[in-house]
Amino acid sequence: MALSILHRASGVALSVGTLLLTAWLVAAAVGPEAFAKVQGFIGSPLGLLMLFGWTFALFYHLSAGIRHLVWDAGYGFDLPSAEKGAYIVIGASLILTVATWVVGLSVW
Amino acid sequence: MSNSPAKLRAPLKLARGLGSAKFGAEHWWSMRITSVALVILTIWFVGGVIGHLGADHAQFVAWLKSPICAAMMALTAAVTFHHAEHGLQVVIEDYVHCEALKIAALLANKLVNYGLAAACVISVVKVSLGA
Repeated sequence: MALSILHRASGVALSVGTLLLTAWLVAAAVGPEAFAKVQGFIGSPLGLLMLFGWTFALFYHLSAGIRHLVWDAGYGFDLPSAEKGAYIVIGASLILTVATWVVGLSVW
Repeated sequence: MSNSPAKLRAPLKLARGLGSAKFGAEHWWSMRITSVALVILTIWFVGGVIGHLGADHAQFVAWLKSPICAAMMALTAAVTFHHAEHGLQVVIEDYVHCEALKIAALLANKLVNYGLAAACVISVVKVSLGA
């Protein structure tokens, strides 16, 4: 139940996050100074916080989206499966978020 | 009673156009197709971002100049904004009940998402062609 509205909320959050993606690509097209400015913002505490939230929203929306595709294919409608799916989605999104940041910070 | 004009019309004629079902099936299917595409594109994108954290402009441009990279980035942007536009459309339709405001919000949603998509794709093309 809670996961359902979270899918929508994470989708809206990701939509807002696409502004950062646009800023990143447009800055790369504009030139080195603009790109350095955007990279600097992403590296700032606020930028890192936004990126972390965006990463979690992304992996949550990805996992929950795959769960929806499984339902669309006609599987997992009984209560035990639905409950198991919910835990898999929460676990997968947390693990993927942490793994991404561990790898990301180690290569930064 | 029986010869009133309304009674001569088939029930379907009276109901047509009044329901919420307009492009429901098309919208639903489009969300499924784009979500499957985004599973692949997102994994590629996250890998690409991790590989270029803190990269300077020259390093980033060198990466995006590869045709495969440019194609994947342009596809990621195009499919993401298409999916976002369709998703936000449902959110607007669910929560905005004033018809005029709803239409304005839906138009703004299209304008912003497709505008950002165009900005991303043109930027990728510009970087990849080396301007």
